[in-house]
Amino acid sequence: MPSSPYGLSPEQEEFRKVVAAFADEVVAPAADEFNAEGRFPLEIVQQMGEIGLFGIPFEERHGGMGGDYLTLCLAIEELGRVDQSVGITLEAGVGLGAAPIAEFGTEEQKERWLPELASGQKLGGFGLTEPGGGTDVFGATRTRAVLDGDEWVIDGGKQFITNAGTEITSLVTVTAMTGPAEMTAIIVPTDTPGFSVAPPYRKVGWHASDTRELSFEGVRVPVSNTLGERGAGFRQFLKTLDDGRIAISALAVGLIQGCIDECVRYAGEREAFGRPIGANQAVAFKIADLEVAAQTARQMTYYACWRKQQGLPYKREASIAKLYSSEQAVTAARQATQIFGGMGFTTETRVGRFYQDCKILEIGEGTSEVQRLLIARELGV
Amino acid sequence: MKVIVPVKRVPDTAGDKPIDPNDRTVDRDSVESVLCPVNEFSIEEGVRLKEKHGAEVTVLLVGPDSAQPIVRKALSYGLDAAVQVSDEGIAGSDALGTARVIAKALESMEWDLVVFGNQSADARTCLVPAAVAELLGVPSLTFARYLEVDGDKAIAHREHEEGWDVVEAPLPAVVSVVEAINDPRYPSFKGIMAAKSKPLTVKSLADIGVDPASVGAGGAAATMYAFEPRPPKAAGTVVEDDGSGAAAEQLADWMTEKKFV
Ligand SMILES: Cc1cc2nc3c(=O)[nH]c(=O)nc-3n(C[C@H](O)[C@H](O)[C@H](O)COP(=O)(O)OP(=O)(O)OC[C@H]3O[C@@H](n4cnc5c(N)ncnc54)[C@H](O)[C@@H]3O)c2cc1C
Repeated sequence: MPSSPYGLSPEQEEFRKVVAAFADEVVAPAADEFNAEGRFPLEIVQQMGEIGLFGIPFEERHGGMGGDYLTLCLAIEELGRVDQSVGITLEAGVGLGAAPIAEFGTEEQKERWLPELASGQKLGGFGLTEPGGGTDVFGATRTRAVLDGDEWVIDGGKQFITNAGTEITSLVTVTAMTGPAEMTAIIVPTDTPGFSVAPPYRKVGWHASDTRELSFEGVRVPVSNTLGERGAGFRQFLKTLDDGRIAISALAVGLIQGCIDECVRYAGEREAFGRPIGANQAVAFKIADLEVAAQTARQMTYYACWRKQQGLPYKREASIAKLYSSEQAVTAARQATQIFGGMGFTTETRVGRFYQDCKILEIGEGTSEVQRLLIARELGV
Repeated sequence: MKVIVPVKRVPDTAGDKPIDPNDRTVDRDSVESVLCPVNEFSIEEGVRLKEKHGAEVTVLLVGPDSAQPIVRKALSYGLDAAVQVSDEGIAGSDALGTARVIAKALESMEWDLVVFGNQSADARTCLVPAAVAELLGVPSLTFARYLEVDGDKAIAHREHEEGWDVVEAPLPAVVSVVEAINDPRYPSFKGIMAAKSKPLTVKSLADIGVDPASVGAGGAAATMYAFEPRPPKAAGTVVEDDGSGAAAEQLADWMTEKKFV
């Protein structure tokens, strides 16, 4: 264990370098193209699987890498630094697809599904949000599951589900009402009759991340697909989202760092009035502010990871990290785009793509309003 | 089959390499050290021999204790074990001295094939692999852009300016590879964690029977008399195209002058 809460072990430092090299050498050169095409970059996701990224926090006996949550966050941060779609694909693949099974699943469920998810050969999704709402989940969930013998029969629909419709998606875990005020999470293999996905949304950003609307019409799965216990769905997704918030924070840190890297380079290269634009304090100070945001957001993210790994309460810290990092990411993308001038308004540039990608960070896995609500509640307000 | 992959620690290839005026070697303390980039390709060949032939692959590094992270880095790609030769007497060795140490180290190990990178990113002499083969009295297949082991022989495509020759040699043999040989994989997280606990044997010059007088600064056959930093890059020539076709002519003249065509 490192001596300071935020210190990385030599192996974590080494791993960060490997993911950074992969991000710079493999992801970055292809990012403009797969984003412009709105294409899920399967070949890159498969390579990420080979490096072991999708298995980081899971036990080795289930095909995982036996790493910790901070190590996962380092990988998300380094990928997010060059492309947010690839970063969210990892974040959701691990945090929403595989983690609920690892955390709440039965031994049999883990043995059946985790190895293929942890290796990155398959992807899973987590379907919570419905057309009726994503914030008031309990009030908005209309999807129902009814027991018929030893099978659940599921009817309903989900909205905005990440990684739910890729070529390698094997399952979606969905929350459904199974009784009055009783919510249960059920694992639905994507080849189950009655399960279907709509074409991808036309999104403002995250163009290469797969987001789908799902529909369930008389979908039958064995009752043994119940994730953990019947009626535990609400508690399970609250816990899943606590962890997911830290990971989204890491993704936001990556975005801010990417803005810094790009702006430092551009401010030195681009000339106006016979000197580099970075010679103007109006430009240099913007970049200095980005550095302050990156360091602060990174510390909050690592601190939340550390608390989680120490077994300390971390709900508040996860919300603080997610809220702060995502709001700073939106500011960073706006300022970086400003520094790039007209080029920043093209999606050929990384900062232009970040300008599109940043906004969702304030919405997904709990909006900024929800984070403030949770923090205030933790304070007893 | 037993394979040895010798690897080198070099100053970060992206940075400046300041020379220490006292001993006229690269001042390694002032720069970050990395695994020599060409070794990513020789290690990848080692990993492939492991996958294809079940070879047992050992990393060999000549360098001080502070080079240990480089040994672990090499192991993180999935190799089995490592031997490090660390001895103060090695400091200041030239290519021949380094080859002497490596050859002696290899004599103390069991192997069928040694896979080098063709040249290190810092010294760039290309001498060590051939010198090691010569000292050991085994065949060497250098500048390999393709390598295959078939029974008790190694077959390589030796790269040169006009293409490549197909060459082969009976094992045991020494091979050096060029970067065209493969597309190295990235180490996995599991590989990085496993590298921590792979066996590493550290040997001294005495352990492998090297005469200290034959290596180090004292045993060097080459002497550095003077050095100077590389001059800054001169500005390039800009050829502007005004649509008249003059630019094409200018470009062709320049290429002829530089003997590119
Ligand atoms: C690209 C993308 C990927 C996604 N991936 C997934 C996924 O994989 N799985 C999944 O389940 N969901 C996913 N979502 C859904 C996402 O989590 C929801 O969009 C989000 O939680 C907000 O829910 P909503 O869109 O229904 O907004 P609403 O709940 O309708 O909220 C609308 C607005 O009202 C505010 N609001 C609501 N209640 C309060 C309150 N009490 N106090 C103050 N303000 C309030 C909200 O903060 C928000 O600003 C994804 C969404 C997108 C866009």
